[in-house]
Amino acid sequence: MFAVPAGSLVFAFFATGVVLYATGHDAISSYRQIVDAAFLNSGALGQTLTQATPLAFTGLAAAAAFRMRLFNIGAEGQLFMGAITADAAGLYLGGAGWPTPLVIFAMVVAGCAGGAAWALIPGALRAFFKTNEIITSLMLNYVAAYVLTYIVFNTESYWRQTKGFNASVFPTSKTIPSAAFWPSWHIFPLGSGIAILAALVLWFLYTRTRFGFEAQVLGDSPRAARYAGMRTRRKILAVMGISGAVAGLGGASQVGDFSHLLDADPNGLQKQYYGYTGIVVAALARYNPVAVVVVAFLIGALQNAGNTLQGADFPSGLVGVMQGIILFSALGGELLVRYRVRVGRALPATEAA
Amino acid sequence: MNNSLLVVLLASGVAYGTPLLYAALGELLAERSGVLNLGVEGMMLVGAVMGFWTVQRLHADTAVSLAAAIGVAAIAGMAMAAIHAFLVITLRASQIVSGLALTIFAGAAGLSSYLGNDLNLADNPARHAFNAVFPASMQNWPVVGPILFGQNVLVYASWACVVAVSLYLSRTRPGLNVRAVGEAPASADAMGINVTAYRYAHTLAGGAFAGVAGATFTLAITPQWVSGITGGAGWIAIALVIFAFWRPGLCLVGAYFFGALQALSPQLQARGIHLGPTELWANSLPYVMTVLVLVFVSASGARRRLGAPASLGLPYVREER
Repeated sequence: MFAVPAGSLVFAFFATGVVLYATGHDAISSYRQIVDAAFLNSGALGQTLTQATPLAFTGLAAAAAFRMRLFNIGAEGQLFMGAITADAAGLYLGGAGWPTPLVIFAMVVAGCAGGAAWALIPGALRAFFKTNEIITSLMLNYVAAYVLTYIVFNTESYWRQTKGFNASVFPTSKTIPSAAFWPSWHIFPLGSGIAILAALVLWFLYTRTRFGFEAQVLGDSPRAARYAGMRTRRKILAVMGISGAVAGLGGASQVGDFSHLLDADPNGLQKQYYGYTGIVVAALARYNPVAVVVVAFLIGALQNAGNTLQGADFPSGLVGVMQGIILFSALGGELLVRYRVRVGRALPATEAA
Repeated sequence: MNNSLLVVLLASGVAYGTPLLYAALGELLAERSGVLNLGVEGMMLVGAVMGFWTVQRLHADTAVSLAAAIGVAAIAGMAMAAIHAFLVITLRASQIVSGLALTIFAGAAGLSSYLGNDLNLADNPARHAFNAVFPASMQNWPVVGPILFGQNVLVYASWACVVAVSLYLSRTRPGLNVRAVGEAPASADAMGINVTAYRYAHTLAGGAFAGVAGATFTLAITPQWVSGITGGAGWIAIALVIFAFWRPGLCLVGAYFFGALQALSPQLQARGIHLGPTELWANSLPYVMTVLVLVFVSASGARRRLGAPASLGLPYVREER
């Protein structure tokens, strides 16, 4: 079942090696550096988890929608929105002196709500007007990015930090009170745990419940589902809502686990492309929630290595090239699965002929 | 008069709209043949970086350098489109995922950035750039001066492209064949039209247009290389094709409209006009408008009449005919 994704990874490493050699780099040493920077160096594993956690959320968001053949390309914007709402919850409740577990719970709920609300815009347009959700969810990513920038840069907004030296030099958002910081177990952040939990919940939802079954039937054969009396609109709204909520959780985890503030720096959160990379993760995991977590860890390791190594002998952009090649080979490999191509086993008929 | 808001917006709308127009024309050709290519942003960026590289490294006079750069940009965009074409036409992979993969592969965090770094292109302005062709006296004519005569060759060439694509699709045999392939590939195949060849050719043509669109950024609008210089223009171009109901002439109108919207926010600020959160709504407007147009197109139930190719996004499998 996972021969194609695994094969794609191997092929991608070869193909990227060719790119590296062609541009005059030493591929072997580059790869050794990747492994060191992703796993072996001190602190590398923690950094990998930092990269992998948001990818797990956005990957799960894409996978959740795709089970109904909905393409939610908007995880990027939904993550921003979840970060904004979770940050507000953390600032307000943490400042009001609520106990940490309750604040964290409120941030989780707020993040889910923010992401889900943003995803329900393309969801509702799809449900009621049959508007293609690919382009609409994608367009809303840009709007969400402008909203994120706006509430930190351009107003006397609730999120903006107005006191202190740094705030007078460059606009930043307030840091959430330490009561709203999410705990971690050694290097393992709470968000990673929530991502794994979310994956298990989604797996259960889609394989063991009537809801998941109906969503899949609606995706595979909308007409059959309608004749069976399934409610298309309601299901589209529910699935898009779930997908957005998971992406929003990723935003909440960004604020609670890692940045502890709203990162509106144009070279910060918005340059990580977590939402788009999440689609790569989901596609490689063949939209299986549990596999998404594993793939997110591997792609997160690659991203982390790319961020750490960026420099003269490790040009930035290499990671994107590798991800693209991985995805291309996974897509190409699908054809082999479709036709059940078996390597190394001659058919008896060929002998007779 | 030439400094009035409307004239400035229209003039910059034409300038900023030109890359959108090239990219949208290319995407339109691909989509009319039934291939949806979401990798426009990636193809544009690779075209942008390779066009810029040509200008920096080729030692020739301005005209030759720029012509070569446009050629190289078109070839680079075509090479990117070839990956997509092979995956979705020959291997019949999902057009959506493949297009996204192309954007990731070639885009701001991928190949274009890799090439820009590896070829050391950042931090140097372009050695040659496209400048306005008409003399300054003509550019100062009221109203029409800045809008029509203050532009570079790429703008005028794009008008020729609009006419050419429009005539091609409506008045020539191959153009009509493309539309047949996009609407009903099985019937087209039965008529003896080579569906695969047509789809390949038009996806590649789309890539060439996208490459030129990217080069418009690095050689005309802001003559330098910055990673991710297109800033989402490729996605707007995809939306623009829908916005224009798959018609080349309307692409031109839409491109200049979106181009003008991009200039709106800085212009309002420069003039000290504050209409609420200007940056927020003025920057978001192109994207929100696209969503609204999409809703209109789909809700009016007139998708077919408005021109969406019937088999857009569907692979053609001859044995399932």
